[in-house]
Order: sequence, then C-alpha cells, then structure tokens
Amino acid sequence: MKKVYRRPKSLKRAAFHYCPGCGHSIVHRLLTEVFDEMNIQDKVIGIPPPGCSVFAYHYLDIDMAESAHGRGAAVATGLKRAYPNALVFTYQGDGDLAAIGTAETIHAANRGERITSIFINNAVYGMTGGQMAPTTLSNMKTTTTPYGRDTRLEGYPVRMSEMVALVKGAVYIERTAVNSPANIKKTKKAIRKAFQAQIDDLGYSLVEILSPCPTNWKMNPLESWHWVENEMTKEFPLGLIKDTTRTKETTGKRDAD
Amino acid sequence: MYGNAAIGEAAIRAGCQCYFGYPITPQNELTEYMATNLSRRKGCSFVQAESEVSAINMVYGASLAGVRTMTSSSSPGISLKQEGISYLAACELPAVIVNISRGGPGLGSISAAQSDYFQSTRGGGHGDYRTIVLAPSSVQELADLTHRAFDLADKYRIPVIILGDGMLGQMMEPLEFKYDAPSELPVRSDALRGAKGRPSRIVKTFTSRPTELEELNWSLFRRYRLIEKEETTYEIYLVEDAELVVVAFGASARIAKGAIRNARANGLKVGMFRPITLWPFPYEKISELTQTTKHFLVFEMNMGQMIEDVKLAVEGKREISFYGRPGGVIPTPSEVLRVITRLYYQKGLKIEK
Repeated sequence: MKKVYRRPKSLKRAAFHYCPGCGHSIVHRLLTEVFDEMNIQDKVIGIPPPGCSVFAYHYLDIDMAESAHGRGAAVATGLKRAYPNALVFTYQGDGDLAAIGTAETIHAANRGERITSIFINNAVYGMTGGQMAPTTLSNMKTTTTPYGRDTRLEGYPVRMSEMVALVKGAVYIERTAVNSPANIKKTKKAIRKAFQAQIDDLGYSLVEILSPCPTNWKMNPLESWHWVENEMTKEFPLGLIKDTTRTKETTGKRDAD
Repeated sequence: MYGNAAIGEAAIRAGCQCYFGYPITPQNELTEYMATNLSRRKGCSFVQAESEVSAINMVYGASLAGVRTMTSSSSPGISLKQEGISYLAACELPAVIVNISRGGPGLGSISAAQSDYFQSTRGGGHGDYRTIVLAPSSVQELADLTHRAFDLADKYRIPVIILGDGMLGQMMEPLEFKYDAPSELPVRSDALRGAKGRPSRIVKTFTSRPTELEELNWSLFRRYRLIEKEETTYEIYLVEDAELVVVAFGASARIAKGAIRNARANGLKVGMFRPITLWPFPYEKISELTQTTKHFLVFEMNMGQMIEDVKLAVEGKREISFYGRPGGVIPTPSEVLRVITRLYYQKGLKIEK
C-alpha cells in the first residue's frame, strides 16, 4: 500500500501546544514539508521570535536560535554573513516584524540579505493576550482597543509587505493565508519560492501568512477561518506582491570595485 | 597609530571575522578602519547597521555561527546595545563590545569621560549576569586587551567589554602588534551551522520552568567565580612604601601617574593602583594594600562610581577620599598633583626626608 500522507522528516514527533484552530501548527508543518522536499533540513537555521511560536524549536527538527523581540532580521543577517552556506529564516509575528522590528526588517531587505522571513499576521499580539498589533483592522476590538481600533487615535493597519516591497533588495514577497486547503497549498508554494530565492542568492524574500488566532479573536476555529476570508483579506489582499526572481538578477553587486 | 585604529587592527589580528557598527563619535575611526580593512578580507564581513540595536543583534547572529565577532560604539550607543548583551550572556555566546565612552547622561558630550563604569560593571542590561570589563590606558594596551578580549570571550563563552574613552580612542601613540592575523579564521566547535551529521540544536534563553533558568543562573555564576579567580588583573606603581595610594583606571590612571611622578619628586610617598579588569574587580589586592598604606584617593572622570568597589575592598579599614571631574572634562596632571599634595598635608602623611 502506498503511503500518501506522513509526518515530514523535519517535523519532530511532538504534540503542538498551539490552541485549536491556530495557524502556527499548519505553517510549521508546511515549513517542514518544504525542508524535506528541497532536502535542506541540514542547511536551514531558523530564528523563532518571542511569542507563542518561540517554541517552534520543539517541533522543527532543525538548528534554531531564539532572537529578541523584533531583532530577527538583524540576527539572521549576522548569522548569514558569518556563514553564507546556511539557509537562514526568521519566523516572526506582526508585532515583531511590523512594529518593534520595522527598522531591522526594512534594512535587512534593503541590503538584500539572503534571508527569508516567514511573517505570521494574525492582527493581534497573541501570547501576551490579544493586544492591538500594527496589523489590527480598523474598528477591531482588542484588549488595548476595547472600543475598537480608532484610526484617528491608533492609526491604520500597516501593510508591511507592501512597504518592504518598495526596497530594491527584496526580490520575492507574497501574501497568503492558511484558512482553507487551497490557500494552504498556495502558502506552501510561496514558502518554497522564498527559500529558492535564497538558494539562488538573489536577495531578501518574505512570505506574509494571514493566520487565525481564534483564542484572541474570541471565535471558534471555523468562524476564525471565515473571518480571515471575509475581513482580513479586504485589508490584506492575498497574492503576489513582488517577484523579480525570474530575471535571476542578484540584488547588489558583490564587489564595489 | 590612533587608539581606535589600533583596536581595529588588533581585532583583525585576533581573527575577528565579522564587525557590525553604527556611527557615533568618538569611535568612528574604528568603524571606518573595519570598513577599509576588514570588509574585503576573505570570508570576513562588515555591516554598517541601521542602529546600535541591530548591530549588537548581528553580533549575536555571527556569534551563533561560531566566528569571532565584535561591535563598537560610544556611551549612548552602548545603552542601546544592552538588550543584545543580555541575550549574549544568557546564551553563553562570546562577543567583544568596545565602548569608547563619552560624557553623559543623555546625549552628553563627545569628550572623554568614565561615566559608564556602573553600566559596564553592573551588567547594564536586564537579568542576573556579568560581563568581563577590560580598561586599557594606552594605545598599546588597547591593542593588547583587544586580543585578550577575544580570547577571554571564547574561553569563558561570555561577552567582553573594552571600556576605553574618547581620549584613548583619539590618541596617537607608537605601538607594537604582538600577533599576525591568523591564516585560518577560528570557528568554535559548537557553531550553529545546520544539523548536518548531528542532531539539530537549539540556542535559547526562554524557559517556562523557573528551575531550569535557575540552573542556568547557577552555571553562569560558577563560571563567574572561576573568572574572578583566574582573570583578575591590575597594575601597581610605587605602592610598596606609599602612604597614599591613588586608585584610578583607564585614562585617569595615566593622568594620575604623571601627577604621582611629580609628587614623588617632592618627597610625597604616593603610589598608584590601577585595575585593568574592572570586572572582575581586584578586591583582594586592594584589601592587601590596606595593611601598608594609610590613605586612598580614588580619582575618576565621573562623580564617583569605581569608588564603590574600592570601598567594598577596603571594608572601612582605611579612609578613602575622592576626586572626580565629570561631563567630559579631562583634568591635567598638575591639577591632580595639587589634589594629592593638599590631601597629603591635610592627612599629615609622612614626608620623605
């Protein structure tokens, strides 16, 4: 009998601690499937963030090193510069990548660092209990916007991927979601392309993944999947944002002289 | 050679592979030296980061990969690096951090000061940790201690801070490099370079179990005890018969030495004690000196920070006076000589006939 579905080799045999309906476990699995298929498990180094997914290292059977909040892209830069043979990726939430780590992210992208960022956008700070994130939707209620996000006082949801796409060092940016089988498949494809851009030494790549957080959204998993589909994608449209990888042109000249 | 350039050259000769910096006066010559001389070396990397916060986190990343790595800055920038230093300490990662310090608090002044003694020796960042702190007082020593900093960092897997100041960094002196650059860059055996041919590894600081963190704290402190025992260094100058011992570090020790030479010519029995490691601080040697000397004068270019360590060492057995000039004011040897002379007569110390 042919086995058509199995635990990826790069995924440790451990039960996820994530809440039911949380997108992290799906993304973890997709990452490990990609590692297996691309046969890069022994070259990949992951930088997990503070937050629920700090424990990514309990599940991904690869080298991993924790980063301070927001500093993922800087840590990844140092690692990659010191050892360019590694495939380095950061795993960051919206508060991490689009608030406290905005500078690190934009500048790593602008230098065309050969790193990949997996950007989980669930519109809230998850582990700290559902506070407003830079990506929180207008009028959305969180524990720090109890009356709904008032754009006059709290600003607008930040479209970080579009911002990063403006810098020349970024070569591949796509926004996907993990709220349906079709979107999950697209997410996996995007992750694969992002790592391929790094393997091809082209520049910075980023995959933004809209990911449900039913616990902090105070919804059941099914409702949260629908909410991603019906509300989040209005503010954060899915699809390719930037792709200059087909030209196979590397960003930046290797040597100035 | 300029002090700042001497640090850069010594770092390259110590096998530093990655440097990450951000402009700030009075240490820019070091960043520029690395941009010119490290960035094009085979296998080496130089990045001008977007902030000091990023620079120290790049150091963290490079240290994960097992290479010798450093950053440099000046006081306000070192404040920003404290987060990263705390993480380096927690993850037991070696790194060298150079502080060519200036007057503070706040943006302060760009002139040399020693107001970062507390920040350097008391951790600076959050959590229960120590960093080795080396305080050079000449350009030659800037170079020597830079090399030693890399060795100590690797030996004890600890961040090492070189606490210089604007005067040393900008000063030009002849010096001799005792080492050539290594033909092969050193790589630590525990480098995080992908799980090839071995199980995957995790470098982490966070734990949900307090007892696990307590165990890390204990293991760090056992190592800190060992460092205190093995690596405490200091310089003594004319202390054998001294009635008065001036305790000073770094640039102020240099100034004090000039003053002491003149005081001796006037028949005053004055000596100097200079801690070279500010942490571990040479408590024992100072304690020993209480048996032979009558009085201590702590001289710093701040409002009195190291004096707290001197008090801990002296344990009330002798009286301690203090003279300090904060804010980036650099006192002259004759000014310090006046302080020494006045104090000497006030305390009725014995004059050599």
